[in-house]
Amino acid sequence: MNVMPWAGALVAVLLLALALWVIVVRSTFAAVVGFVAYGIILSLVWMLLHAPDIALTEVAIGSGLTGVLLLGAGSRLRGTEGNENAHAPGAVVRVVAALLCAAVTVGLALTVLLLPEPAPSLAPLAAANLYRTELGNPVTAVLIAFRATDTMLEVVVLLLALVGAWSLAPDRLWGGYPGLRHHADPNGMLVYAARRLPPLGIIVALYLFYAGSNSPGGEFQSATVLAAMWLLAMLAGVTHAPPTAALRVRALLVMGSTVFLVVGVVGMFTAGAFLAYPEGWAKVFILAIEVPVTLSIAVALGMLMAGAPERTVPA
Amino acid sequence: MISAIDVFTLVCVAAGAIFFLAGTVGLLRFPDTLTRLHALTKADNLGLGLIVIGLLPRVDSVTAGIKLICIWALVLFASALVSQLIGRAARREELDQ
Repeated sequence: MNVMPWAGALVAVLLLALALWVIVVRSTFAAVVGFVAYGIILSLVWMLLHAPDIALTEVAIGSGLTGVLLLGAGSRLRGTEGNENAHAPGAVVRVVAALLCAAVTVGLALTVLLLPEPAPSLAPLAAANLYRTELGNPVTAVLIAFRATDTMLEVVVLLLALVGAWSLAPDRLWGGYPGLRHHADPNGMLVYAARRLPPLGIIVALYLFYAGSNSPGGEFQSATVLAAMWLLAMLAGVTHAPPTAALRVRALLVMGSTVFLVVGVVGMFTAGAFLAYPEGWAKVFILAIEVPVTLSIAVALGMLMAGAPERTVPA
Repeated sequence: MISAIDVFTLVCVAAGAIFFLAGTVGLLRFPDTLTRLHALTKADNLGLGLIVIGLLPRVDSVTAGIKLICIWALVLFASALVSQLIGRAARREELDQ
């Protein structure tokens, strides 16, 4: 008996139940916990759909990193949460919101059901040209060669998100130290973990980076692991987040997008198009982009989790 | 035809699943944070351990087996760390009240 349809059905029911939980539950903390669990189950869906690259990204960024950001936001809102719940929106607002949500759901469902069969696909074209990128993983080839512009814009968007978070700081604290505080016992388990785990985490990140060229993995997943290790060290008080004005931080942050742009412009002269790689040099150009981009993403994610500047002196 | 390896995998994975089930029941039924943690850690330690042992004879390569064992070790480390932190937070909250 084939159990896969049953597993799929079970996962779909779990996913819908968790989505409902996140909407219905009153406490922000419980909703965030539900959201993290939702992300993990969603990554199982991607695995069942044979998309391990997306599953990895979903569990690392969608569930893990976003979960940490939401937990931080939730703990900040705790003081005002009771007040907010007391002033629940009226029946009209609720009905209108429900109708709008239902309209979006129906629209999405119709779109999916009306897709042409077979769906238009560039996959055969990508697979046929995979050898020209000197990569083994078609997903990485799409991300860093065929659609490299998209990836470059993603790196820029991440930078913009960080600038947005920093902009929440009042003028006098601009360029100061991020708000993350630690309450760790210097002899506790967290400090022990923050000293023991990062070496292993760095190896895992390097592996994910290296594996990305031939199998699932890549710079976003690798950078997330690096950022998580950095966050662990910051949470344990083993290190503190650098001030947002620090030149080395800003240099690391813009390095990825800058190298991406430079390689893109070089491509215009050597291969005739923006972000095109000259024949036989693809691997070199791709590595030249991936290394600084990974570092930039890791620093951006770490600084994003450390939060907006809140102090002029280190914590 | 079921081989000895299949039986071994079936027994180990089923036993692991039972630990996960028992851990979940404990999480839902036990009265306070510390006892709930006690129930959860059994699922992580023994449940996942048994599942990993059950899957070991079926891996394609030695590296895949090592990866499975590394996953178990990392989960052990993480669950020990997290239960310690949650236990500490629960104790602090108890003292504050």
